[in-house]
Amino acid sequence: MSRIKAGVSLYSYQEEYFLRKMTLEDCIAAVSKLGADGVEILGEQMLPNFPSPGSKFVDQWFGWMDKYKTKPTAYDAFLDTKLYKNRLLTESECVDMMARDIKLASRLGFNILRTLVMTPRPVIEKSLEIAERHDVKIGIEVHAPFSLKSPWIDEFMELADRLKTPYFGIIPDMGIFVKRLPPVYLGWHVRHGARERIVAYIAEAYAARMDKEKAKAEIAKMGGTEAEVQLCEHAFHYSFDDPKWLLPYIPRMLHIHAKFYEMTPGCAEPSIPYEEIVPILVEGGYQGYLSSEYEGQRHIQDLGEVDSVEQVRRQHAMFKKLLAN
Amino acid sequence: MFDRYLICEEGFSNVMRDGKATGFQLGVRITYYRGVALSLVEGFDVNVDGKKYERDKVRFSVRDRSFTFSEMETAVNDRWEFGEVATLTIPEPGGLAPGKHEVEIFEHLRISYLPWPSITGDKKVLPLAA
Repeated sequence: MSRIKAGVSLYSYQEEYFLRKMTLEDCIAAVSKLGADGVEILGEQMLPNFPSPGSKFVDQWFGWMDKYKTKPTAYDAFLDTKLYKNRLLTESECVDMMARDIKLASRLGFNILRTLVMTPRPVIEKSLEIAERHDVKIGIEVHAPFSLKSPWIDEFMELADRLKTPYFGIIPDMGIFVKRLPPVYLGWHVRHGARERIVAYIAEAYAARMDKEKAKAEIAKMGGTEAEVQLCEHAFHYSFDDPKWLLPYIPRMLHIHAKFYEMTPGCAEPSIPYEEIVPILVEGGYQGYLSSEYEGQRHIQDLGEVDSVEQVRRQHAMFKKLLAN
Repeated sequence: MFDRYLICEEGFSNVMRDGKATGFQLGVRITYYRGVALSLVEGFDVNVDGKKYERDKVRFSVRDRSFTFSEMETAVNDRWEFGEVATLTIPEPGGLAPGKHEVEIFEHLRISYLPWPSITGDKKVLPLAA
């Protein structure tokens, strides 16, 4: 029986929250309603008075966790190295910024902090003491276009091995497994001027792992416009790793961003092979959360009202099915 | 991501001082999926009916604070939150005529993990009340 747990990053409900159709409480309630218990947030998206929401809010937050039987899973931080126009943040300023987020994450009951891949290694190293003191593990997000097979990740794993600390790990984003271009993404472009036959070619070229420059040259030969050639360039920013590459990293995986762009009415994700990924996670003994990250809203906003709650519900229906096997 | 919601449908009006219209204002939202420190909001390009307004004449207000973009460069403690409406105030002696105007805005943000500037745009036809 798998011990993988189900949760939602409230990032998934960004459209409704932005338009003030859902409050933070509504988002937490939605997670509970679909039978999941993990709640992930971006510190700078839905909290009032960041970075000091105040004790009244903190009480209210834990009240919601009780009321909806949910628990905080991961807190997503952003290191604004370009905070100032005239210079990058110094290492010490970066560490202060990390400390700010570690303390806030801890205050809200989170034990995992997501840091982006470009966070300098010395900053992570120097943040580990504060992280440990607050019982917050720092997870580097492995996000497209970065790959599980890269010198970059080897360097981080080397750091983890050297430091021998459980307070540092990785958070893979399933968007590194885009096997086929998302239909919602292609559909948006067709509605906004790209011709169907060119878009179909781009989809085929991507799925066949064609070299990007070769695909762009072919499109030009097919009579593609500059915009259509640019679309190809942009489309190839999606990336595909082999899900099997996850296996050796599972002991270091703190959390997973279950990225998706669309869930069909049949509860399937057309671009990311979850039916291959979930069995690998089970095989590898992953015991953390699958935290839904719906990111298809932007591609369908022009068609009318986005229903993020239904999209996430379908992804969880898929998880239940895949984890039951 | 939220480009289509950049320009608010409500809040487009003239600014009056001592009974005279000195400019106009409109509501804008951040097109990014989180709120940011004001120092990361580099500026807005404002075009109304084809007329381009100089960026350094625009004032940006969020809650009870108002700045020029130059002043905002060092505003690291104050923030523009996700989904929060900020007001742009643009000087225009006499204000704008009542009726429909084509408003086009470009929002410039400095996002640390992007190697290129974040520039998003929106264009709406808005009615200005008399």
